[in-house]
Amino acid sequence: MLTILFDGIAYGMLLFVLACGLAVTLGLMNFVNLAHGSFAMAGGYVALVVVNDMGWPFSLGLVAAFVSAAALGALLERTLYVHVYNKSHLDQVLFTIGLVFMSVAAVDYVMGSQQQFIRIPAALQGQFDVFGIGMSKYRLLIIAICGVITIALQLALLSTRFGSQLRASVDDQRVARGLGVNVGVVFAVTFALGSGLAGLGGALGAEILGLDPIFPLKYMIYFLIVVTVGGSSSITAPFFASILLGIGDVAGKYYVPKLGAFVIYTIMIIVLIIRPQGLFAHGRAR
Amino acid sequence: MSSVSRPLSAEIASRLITRARWSPLEIAFWIAAFATIYLFPEHHLILTEIVIWGLFALSIDLILGYAGIISLGQAAFFGFGAYVAGLLAKHGIMTEPVLALIASGLAAAVLGFLTSFLVLRGSDLTRLMVTLGVALVLRELANRFPQITGGADGLQGVTIDPVLGQFRFDLYGYTAYVYSLIVLFVLFVIARRIVRSPFGLSLVAIKGNPLRSAAVGIAVNWRLVAIYTIAAAYAGIAGALLTQTTAFASLEGFAFDRSADGLLVLIIGGTGYLYGGLIGALIFRFAHDYLASITPQYWQFWIGLILVIIVLVGRERIGSWLDPVRTLADRIGAWRASRRPRALGATPEGGGQP
Amino acid sequence: MTLVLETRALEKRFGGIVAANQVSLRLEKGARHALIGPNGAGKTTVINLLTGVLRPSSGEILLDGKEITNVEPHDRVRLGMARTFQINQLFADLTPIETLGLAISERLGTGTHWWRTVGSRAGVVDEIAELLERFRLVDVMQERTAILPYGKQRLLEIALAFACRPRVLLLDEPAAGVPDAERQEILATIASLPTDVTVLLIEHDMDIVFSFADRISVLVNGEMLVEGTVDEVSHDPRVRAVYLGEAFDG
Repeated sequence: MLTILFDGIAYGMLLFVLACGLAVTLGLMNFVNLAHGSFAMAGGYVALVVVNDMGWPFSLGLVAAFVSAAALGALLERTLYVHVYNKSHLDQVLFTIGLVFMSVAAVDYVMGSQQQFIRIPAALQGQFDVFGIGMSKYRLLIIAICGVITIALQLALLSTRFGSQLRASVDDQRVARGLGVNVGVVFAVTFALGSGLAGLGGALGAEILGLDPIFPLKYMIYFLIVVTVGGSSSITAPFFASILLGIGDVAGKYYVPKLGAFVIYTIMIIVLIIRPQGLFAHGRAR
Repeated sequence: MSSVSRPLSAEIASRLITRARWSPLEIAFWIAAFATIYLFPEHHLILTEIVIWGLFALSIDLILGYAGIISLGQAAFFGFGAYVAGLLAKHGIMTEPVLALIASGLAAAVLGFLTSFLVLRGSDLTRLMVTLGVALVLRELANRFPQITGGADGLQGVTIDPVLGQFRFDLYGYTAYVYSLIVLFVLFVIARRIVRSPFGLSLVAIKGNPLRSAAVGIAVNWRLVAIYTIAAAYAGIAGALLTQTTAFASLEGFAFDRSADGLLVLIIGGTGYLYGGLIGALIFRFAHDYLASITPQYWQFWIGLILVIIVLVGRERIGSWLDPVRTLADRIGAWRASRRPRALGATPEGGGQP
Repeated sequence: MTLVLETRALEKRFGGIVAANQVSLRLEKGARHALIGPNGAGKTTVINLLTGVLRPSSGEILLDGKEITNVEPHDRVRLGMARTFQINQLFADLTPIETLGLAISERLGTGTHWWRTVGSRAGVVDEIAELLERFRLVDVMQERTAILPYGKQRLLEIALAFACRPRVLLLDEPAAGVPDAERQEILATIASLPTDVTVLLIEHDMDIVFSFADRISVLVNGEMLVEGTVDEVSHDPRVRAVYLGEAFDG
């Protein structure tokens, strides 16, 4: 029982790191980016290659995942995404579905379609037994890393200059420009950071979520749930939504395996009907 | 009130009639479509597929092109119709294909009606999520009850009786194609009637300005429920057609890819004039074949690239390759409109159309 | 005379801000009533409450003595209440013919008919023609609304409300931004409304108010300051204080 809770929290925190970039682009910038999972997949595969094939240590693999996904994010943002920010939601949907299809086929071509795993150092395998609760060392690491990232993000958003620039840009681009904020750069950096975190999450999560070319499609709905169910008023809302989703999914699959993901989808639909702005939104109208 | 000039009324009437009348181009389109039965007998299987894609895209056009509802889950109704048709045939509940097709459409309509209330509230994003979610839930259900649906293996052992008890489905797909094409035509005529009616006009109005629509007395939500239900029936019939012509139904019917591809098909052909889905299906199918012949497993990459390019270039501009055709159609329409009243001697100035 | 439209202690709060405070209005049948007040006084809030776009925080709205406080906006139109918008709210993709045909179909209850073509009912076409002529829209009747010049759009805005054949008409600054030539046309058309139609006019331009209204309500900071005849209101010292330096000086 407590093990499920523990696994659920680890899973939820992982989802948060994967989805927090989307929480900003979709939740705050109101850009429907269905291709967010592609960046996570990119990070995952980079880590896979450098760790398994090139023999880098696991920690460096994670760094490589973050850097490469962030670089890819920055590149695509500057060359492609900027042209789509101001288009209709339908255009954004079509554009990002296109990117998903391309990434799925491209990874399939380069890496093959089978599921692959990143080699994890022996020190991280096995589990601790604390008061009879089996806690996997690896999941503990996930919780630690994701916890640090969450706190850092919250601090960065609230108390750094860049954080306030981002909040201003999201609130009203014109006003922000008037205040001397370079909105384009702010968005690009944010996008790159979000993609980088997704990449990191993809690498960290390869062990739990698996890594195969249809990753972006398989988890798209989960990322979207985190953002829409959580609501987009702050970074804490998607965080709580992630944890709830993580626990709910793990518990659902454990107790009612027959229904599988059915429970999660149904809960999502119900939440969206009752609270279209999200569970934790503070009535901020969009 | 009595000061209205009779010629003006006559001209307005003729404009409104022209709006609803079949243009020569449309008639030519359908003659060509039916001619393919005899012109390409060896391609009936592919043509049937195109018809089904066209019907599916038409259902998306009804909600997106006319009512402005973005959906990523139209496959929910396609898959549902496909399974209903398959189960009806497999268990011998309703063996005559036309009746079973209608039943499948009605079943999908009921599902559409029930889920329509989910898309009334909220933004584009909420609608995306909810439509996507409904399709996922159905797929998950179908997957988890293999004793009914056959699960991941699909619904096996479906046999389809002859259409109307007369026309047996043959190996070459002749019956299947003629049957599908007639179904498409009938449903197209109905859709065309709908979008040119006051009801159809009110949908375009709602899409453009829901606030004002309510202010002229339109019950906005009920109109959206109605068109969503109708579109669900269309998608369900498309799914049922697939089952009946292939004697097989599978989880693929619910897949996200189907919803996304349906959207792509519609976008290629253009939204909001009904032919977009049909023309898009034709192009999509040939593009698919061509791309698959270059890189068999990875044709999805090129489909994705097409989507990205369409958006970056601009859908309006992509759709504009049809503009010369539309302008021609308008000209012909205007010319005919100007002739009609003149022949009646009602409007001397009837020809003043740009 | 019979009361057609009445509000009782209508209130609307947005968070801590009170946009309408204890607003009570009484319009008799055939009234020509003007609602005036400085910018931000809450005039448009009142219209939005009357038409159901907004729901009041408290208070009641009555139409013909029946409470309609919680009636949906489109149902209020069916009950005979129509409005125009201060900022044009039109159907960009429809032509004036289609726009007016739509409103007339809805009024006749044929808006849900999916098997007919628009305008196939007798009388609809004549009514479209009559409105197009009255509002000088004949020359643009087949253009998409989105590409019409502003003046024409404004005329269509008013024509659309007329197409609903309301018994109560709410006009939100109908002449705002209209070129002089068409302005006179709009005012003349409004003035020529049948006398049994009740009109509530929201307006900034005092010339229009004085020439049109027989009673005036003055709204300030969401509260009803004064209500009375044109004469009473224009001589009221409080109103003069609010409008100091504006039209009342003259």
